[in-house]
Amino acid sequence: MSHSDNNTIYVSSNVSGHFPGGIHPPERKAPACNNSIRSLPLPDELILPVRQHIGPSGNLLVEPGQRVDKGQQLTEASLSLGLPLHAPTSGIIHAIEERPTAHASGLPELAIVIKPDGEDRWGNKHTIPDYREVEVSRLLELIQQAGIAGLGGAGFPTAQKLAQQKPLRHLIINGVECEPYIAADDGLMQAYADDIVAGVKILQYITHCDSVLFAIENNKPKAIDAILAAIGDDSQIALKVVPTKYPSGGEKQLIELLTGEQVPSGKLPMDIGFLMQNVGTAYAVKRAIIHGEPLLERVVTMTGDAIAKKRNVWALLGTPIEHLLKESGFTAQTKQRVIMGGPMMGFTLPSIEVPVIKTTNCVLAPTEEELPAPGPELACIRCGACADACPATLQPQQLQLLAKAKDYDALDEQNLFDCIECGACAYVCPSEIPLVHYYRKAKAEIRNIAREKAKAEHARQRFEARQERLEREKQERLERHRKAAEARKKTQAEKAETPSSDSKEKPESGGKSAAVAAAIARAKAKKAAQAQKADEENSSAKGNES
Amino acid sequence: MSFKIASSPHGHSQHSTSSMMRWVCYALVPGVLIQSYFFGFGVWFQIVLAVITALLAESACIIARDRPAMSALRDNTALVTAILLAISIPPLAPWWIIVIGTLFAIVVVKHVYGGMGQNLFNPAMAGYVLLLVSFPVQMTNWLPPSTIGEHSLTLWQTLHTILFEYTPAGYSVEQLRAGIDGVTMATPLDAIKTGLTQGFTLTEIYDKPQFSFLAGAGWQWVNLGFLIGGLLLIQQRIISWHIPVGVIAGLCVPAFFAYLFAPDLMAGPIVHALSGATMLGAFFIATDPVSAATSNRGRVVFGLLIGLLVFIIRSWGGYPDGVAFAVLLANMCVPIIDRYTRPTVYGHGERK
Repeated sequence: MSHSDNNTIYVSSNVSGHFPGGIHPPERKAPACNNSIRSLPLPDELILPVRQHIGPSGNLLVEPGQRVDKGQQLTEASLSLGLPLHAPTSGIIHAIEERPTAHASGLPELAIVIKPDGEDRWGNKHTIPDYREVEVSRLLELIQQAGIAGLGGAGFPTAQKLAQQKPLRHLIINGVECEPYIAADDGLMQAYADDIVAGVKILQYITHCDSVLFAIENNKPKAIDAILAAIGDDSQIALKVVPTKYPSGGEKQLIELLTGEQVPSGKLPMDIGFLMQNVGTAYAVKRAIIHGEPLLERVVTMTGDAIAKKRNVWALLGTPIEHLLKESGFTAQTKQRVIMGGPMMGFTLPSIEVPVIKTTNCVLAPTEEELPAPGPELACIRCGACADACPATLQPQQLQLLAKAKDYDALDEQNLFDCIECGACAYVCPSEIPLVHYYRKAKAEIRNIAREKAKAEHARQRFEARQERLEREKQERLERHRKAAEARKKTQAEKAETPSSDSKEKPESGGKSAAVAAAIARAKAKKAAQAQKADEENSSAKGNES
Repeated sequence: MSFKIASSPHGHSQHSTSSMMRWVCYALVPGVLIQSYFFGFGVWFQIVLAVITALLAESACIIARDRPAMSALRDNTALVTAILLAISIPPLAPWWIIVIGTLFAIVVVKHVYGGMGQNLFNPAMAGYVLLLVSFPVQMTNWLPPSTIGEHSLTLWQTLHTILFEYTPAGYSVEQLRAGIDGVTMATPLDAIKTGLTQGFTLTEIYDKPQFSFLAGAGWQWVNLGFLIGGLLLIQQRIISWHIPVGVIAGLCVPAFFAYLFAPDLMAGPIVHALSGATMLGAFFIATDPVSAATSNRGRVVFGLLIGLLVFIIRSWGGYPDGVAFAVLLANMCVPIIDRYTRPTVYGHGERK
């Protein structure tokens, strides 16, 4: 494939590496990526879960009934890993209560509910026209305060990732978007290429990195053209067009694809000189730094055959999925599934009242014909199709057997935790075994066991410490008694040595009192002897009984 | 509106176990057609008998084991086992041969070990070996191919022979095996084995009518038929190329060198590749996923081992062909092959 639209020629693949496995599911991106990104009418309420990223949630800064401006901070990040939240539009805090959230478990979480007033009135914006005049630490602070989390998948706080300064070889910008159906990044790159590249330059400034690899899959020609035009003659940014294959956009897979290197197990890309950011994140960074706008909205792909208007929309964070579906001409089918994310890694929603969060890139409402529900699970025939598809070169069929047998040591030995849960194995499995499901379960069980073990270990240490303390106290007590006894002995011996001096001082009373004391002692001795005799009788009686 | 909770991924590729097995059956068609052309209708009767026996045995086992019957029957694995066994035995073998073999393959080799996916050995080949060691006479009664044979049987004569072990006219299979010169016709591999022990050189043996320009008359075409089917399976991604290439290389490379050193005593690579059960074994039997190695490197090793064992058994062993024994022996080695050919997991290799 070669394009000459803007006098630039690129080949279908200009990557130097390769990753094993991978699959080619039907892409089905066309309906969504061919239109511009639409803005939707405001929903009746916005539901903002206070925790939308890895790490703890922030402290509340608002209370019910309070009026807020667009962009106003709602929570304050308490710890270094937390992120603040902002009001996506102006309105009134309606409630702060538990609401169902966008999580596979569907468990309710604390959320701030805003009733928009329809004015969409901005509060103060702190713009920085020339970020080069600002210190890096201040920029990081601004990114943190804008509440930016990685918009690709896991939602890791961006400033945290940027702050882990190690010498970088390449800054990698991920515009691969390899999951079928999803076209959010594609749409963003087509419409906002200049902003994205501006964001990339800010990231470059922050990381002092002079080599940027900007990766896009070759099934997005319009995005490629737009980004090429935006890069212009910047020699530090290289556009890498990668072949269409799932999961090329996985962080580890993309690194291997672009550089031929693997991130050692248990290490971060940073450890070998790479830093990856999603194109959406770069865009958000640009909005935050140059325009002073916190992260309030994101592009969401509305797709699936149960949706009439398949397209990309700008969705305010907190928008209920129900609102997005209603605006997109959704007709519920029998056995309807609504998936947040793509068909490969997304999760089915327990209800459509859940809101858009920072990592929501797609709402997929397929019909049963389009994505049939899995058939009955058959026995594994060890065909190895899963192993051929695994981008991490694991042996999924073995892992599955071991997971069913709950052989956790063997699972560990076979590197279960290197599974990235991309779903390629389950996709190709002819026996329709829900492999990823088994791995997730096994991972959770292993983590539980580790937690229990740690707890038990903690309890054991506490018990041993207590035993030690008791033993020590006993020894100390005995030592004290011994010392006291010695001291008594000593004083008695001293007394015995100096009776004459005593009698000298109190000659008459001394002899008398001694006689009395001797009498008392005799009486006591007699009593003790009697008691002892009684005791002995008792114990011998008991002995006879038994 | 009811929301169904499901685990990702939410899509699935088109191949299912039953469709894969169905493809295996389709791919067998060219070979079976050629086989029935050269060796008569017997092969079809054997297939029908084997399939009926296999489905009944499979159902009985599944009911006895209290498993859902329909999904297990629909996976078509019993069907494949039955057909593979049926086309491996002499087409005129008496009916009880295939019934016993199929029962053994399904009941003992498959279900006693825990059913689909659990068997350590290739069921068809275990059944074949049981029959070969138990009923050597019936199992080696191959008719000469129709192009050189004296007799060709009609449909009715074939059925009669399979059911009653004699043709309607009273000929035994042994009598049918006589060639034009009245001498009993052995299969090509048999002829090589016997001829060499009688002190003939290969050149002299190759003059016999069982051989034609490539390898054994009839047999070479059957092998080419299975080769075509096998290539279809690779093209459809039902099997990977690793095992068949391993088998053929493991057999033909040693055969080539042996032939170079002793052309009068060692059959050449082409004879090996196109006679006996070589192609059937390489593409349809060794590739049984359940009892084969799983990684690609492991598959190559597994295939090479089978090919080498076939070469050894054919050259120095007591049996003329040896594919079944080679496959079973290699099945035993699978755990150790899998252990030592496991690929390095991402992020666990040496830093480049």
